Amino acid sequence: MSGLFEKLISYMQYPFVRYALIVGVLIALCSSLLGVTLVLKRFSFIGDGLSHVAFGAMAIAAMLKLTHEMPLVLAITVLCAVLILRTGQRAKIKGDAAIAMISVGSLAIGYLLMNLFSTSGNLSGDVCSTLFGSTSILTLTQTEVWLCSVLSLAVVVIFILFYNRIFSVTFDESFARATGTRADVYNLLIAIVTAVIIVLAMNLVGSLLISALIIFPALSAMRVFKSFLSVTICSAISSVICALLGILISILAGTPVGSTIVAVNIVMFALFSILSHTVIGGKRA
Amino acid sequence: MALLDCRELALGYEGREVLRGLNFRVSEGDYLCIVGENGSGKSTLVKTVLGLLPPLGGEIAFGDGLRADEIGYLPQQTDVQRDFPASVREVVLSGCLSRCGRTPFYGKEEKALAGENIKKLGLEALERRCYRELSGGQQQRVLLARALCATQKLLLLDEPVSGLDPKVTQELYDIIAGLNRRENVTVIMISHDIDAAVQYASHILHIGSSVFFGTRDEYIASDVSRSFVNGGGGL
Repeated sequence: MSGLFEKLISYMQYPFVRYALIVGVLIALCSSLLGVTLVLKRFSFIGDGLSHVAFGAMAIAAMLKLTHEMPLVLAITVLCAVLILRTGQRAKIKGDAAIAMISVGSLAIGYLLMNLFSTSGNLSGDVCSTLFGSTSILTLTQTEVWLCSVLSLAVVVIFILFYNRIFSVTFDESFARATGTRADVYNLLIAIVTAVIIVLAMNLVGSLLISALIIFPALSAMRVFKSFLSVTICSAISSVICALLGILISILAGTPVGSTIVAVNIVMFALFSILSHTVIGGKRA
Repeated sequence: MALLDCRELALGYEGREVLRGLNFRVSEGDYLCIVGENGSGKSTLVKTVLGLLPPLGGEIAFGDGLRADEIGYLPQQTDVQRDFPASVREVVLSGCLSRCGRTPFYGKEEKALAGENIKKLGLEALERRCYRELSGGQQQRVLLARALCATQKLLLLDEPVSGLDPKVTQELYDIIAGLNRRENVTVIMISHDIDAAVQYASHILHIGSSVFFGTRDEYIASDVSRSFVNGGGGL
């Protein structure tokens, strides 16, 4: 056991490990906040669709040989978030079909572009790390670390400032509209913040696993807690703990960061489910 | 001047007209029941009055100091709410949102108002309970308290008793009638239940193949009510 700790402390001396921990925790925190709203608004699939868009955008950035790909990826994903939301409201093409179209389309185009314009010799490695985020959290440049931190903090601040309005729009959109809350504006805000979160989380878990980071903490918290505030707080805490544990385990055991974090989240969900059955179920009976 | 005055209103969505030439007015203290067959445009009317849908023609005028966003709306339950983790207090408090203006959080006044309405509807014991674990009747009382937080002037209730058992239905009707009589809250209620409409309402708006608007007594004497009650009106 002490050997493990020594190993951990020796790793902590590397700045990139500390960066990874800080950024990982921040990303986990902000991705969990909106999770509750996305799950309840039946928006989880938008998160999934947007993550594929982010993959396509990443391929375009690679094709253009950009050194900092995040701003471009961010712009494209936010744009698509707005588009998806608009089509969802018009309901001419059904919302979920539109999302499926956009997401599968960008996945295919992304892979195509990567194949056509690949500069590195290890194409499948590149694709794999974009999809599953194998090491990108450990290779962040200092600029990216700052960008990630600033964006995550911005997400947290926006969420806190608009908490009551997000609650109202999530719980009952027609009531919110009828009493003068501009639901469209807040839906747009939610979509844009979701896009930002997805681009951030791509660094941590890769584009295929992002949804897990968004919905697992919320679903776990909803098993046990009964009020919106307690669900939100619990999901933030559980997400941060899972991310920390996941990153530490992956460093010590040499497993891929993204899938380890998701695995820890799954275990957490199982624990919460058992808890809700034994403790709370017992009380009710 | 009436609280709400609709003149030559034409309703519909996506350019498809459902109803036209609708005239009715609601004054302070009225209890208006809107009845009509399924698909006659009751929900479209609600959405238009609330400003969620634009009217296709005619006009809706608000008077007596009522603003368009001062209607306390009690919508039909949605899927989302069925598994929504929120405490009763959180739901009621969310009715105060329009009072907050630009400030992000609820102040003392809003919290006091929420507390008052929780008490008014006898929900004190349930205040910390989870909304989704309540019975149908309790949930409607919570939503009623929330609507009262948004306004004390005009409540618009969209089929508030659907899915409730007769006893709870009766309780809810009594609560609404009490708010109307004691607190002078103006009530507009969409309903399937023609008997209750005739029993409680002061005015009745009947929409569908034939349109009627007038006081309850006029309605009972009219042909529209007879054909609706006897002629397969869906009851």
